[in-house]
Amino acid sequence: MAETMQFDLVSPERSLMSAQVKSVQIPGADGDMTAMPNHAPLITTLRPGVLKVETDKGVEEFVVTGGFAELGEGLSVLAERAVPKADVDQAAYEAMVDEAHSAYKQTKETFKNEPGPVDDAAKLLADMVAVGTHIGLSTKQPSL
Amino acid sequence: MPNLKDLKNRIASVKSTRKITKAMQMVAAAKLRRAQDAAEQSRPYTERFNAVMGALAASVGDSDSAPKLLSGTGKDDVHLLIVMTSERGLCGGFNANIAKLAKAKATELLGKGKTLKILTVGKKGRDAIKRDFGDYFVGHVDLSEVKRIGYADAQGIAKDVLGRFDAGEFDVATIFYSKFVNVVSQIPTEQQIIPAAFDTPEGDSAEATTLYDYEPDEEAILADLLPRGVATQIFSALLENGASEQGARMSAMDNATRNAGEMIEKLTIQYNRSRQAVITNELIEIISGAEAL
Repeated sequence: MAETMQFDLVSPERSLMSAQVKSVQIPGADGDMTAMPNHAPLITTLRPGVLKVETDKGVEEFVVTGGFAELGEGLSVLAERAVPKADVDQAAYEAMVDEAHSAYKQTKETFKNEPGPVDDAAKLLADMVAVGTHIGLSTKQPSL
Repeated sequence: MPNLKDLKNRIASVKSTRKITKAMQMVAAAKLRRAQDAAEQSRPYTERFNAVMGALAASVGDSDSAPKLLSGTGKDDVHLLIVMTSERGLCGGFNANIAKLAKAKATELLGKGKTLKILTVGKKGRDAIKRDFGDYFVGHVDLSEVKRIGYADAQGIAKDVLGRFDAGEFDVATIFYSKFVNVVSQIPTEQQIIPAAFDTPEGDSAEATTLYDYEPDEEAILADLLPRGVATQIFSALLENGASEQGARMSAMDNATRNAGEMIEKLTIQYNRSRQAVITNELIEIISGAEAL
């Protein structure tokens, strides 16, 4: 039997999962990574994406919108918002994209001449749109 | 002595009051359970968040490049007090206690010659503080339309606060709310959120010495996490407040129901006595009338 580690997925509103797992694929801000037992201690921020959790019983997937992950003895993912993938329907997904879109628009207006925050918001929106293709939903929003 | 009809009306009105307070108590009890659940659900997040932030803050430490949200602006001239109370009354001393604490702090700060700014969340606290410190109000957050407090509400407040901080409107921010202990005890609490103060894990040196890799680098993570920290703290304060409010209302309404019951008993005795007095009076009149014949 493969080694397992403690994994917790919590959002501010509730705790979504707490179990022994074999590996977790994390959408890190600098790229995807897979956390396995005995990984070196690490803290990373998340981008919107799909969190893939592999347990003895199978694979569970969650859509996260951001947050951060702490890899120590076990793995804790503190997501800003996390939803089981099966629960994300077209309407919920569109609401998420809409939110990112309006945040992008707002940032563009506030920081007209500063590329930093605008690029960040644009990336957030692009990530959000990319999530859709991962989970098989499309968006009506024009891509940027 | 009040006449019979008055007493009867009085009893009827106290009875309907008791019905109302009883109903409010039961509603508060149901809401309390939900609010307590919500507060408990959010606890793991807050605890882990604070643990990670504590570790991060310790490793970045007092370096000059530490973000302002952590190290402060270097002054403490302008204080922002965020007073969180309920939108509704009839919950005992809940709002009054928070307002009292905030007022004491405000008086103390003014005494030291600091500049004061007050942001209120919830109508009742605003009303309570308005009289003495109305001039210092800089804003108000209305949550009366919110049925169930979500993280988005906290984020909204945090965004407002952070916007003001970035604009240099204040140096230190403190939130006032009520910590929920149990139904009969809620402790009004003040907590400084900017600059961030984290409970560093005491005696837990093993955890503190864990060397983490950071991706991206520490400061980028910290810059990303600190605003979240503000939202998280506001969120947990809102939830604690929600549970406290329902708890306070429940015990206040329980008291009111009991008082109404006692009052009904007293009034009923009074009613029965005066009715008996009227009957006796009539009998005396009839008998003495018959004797006179």
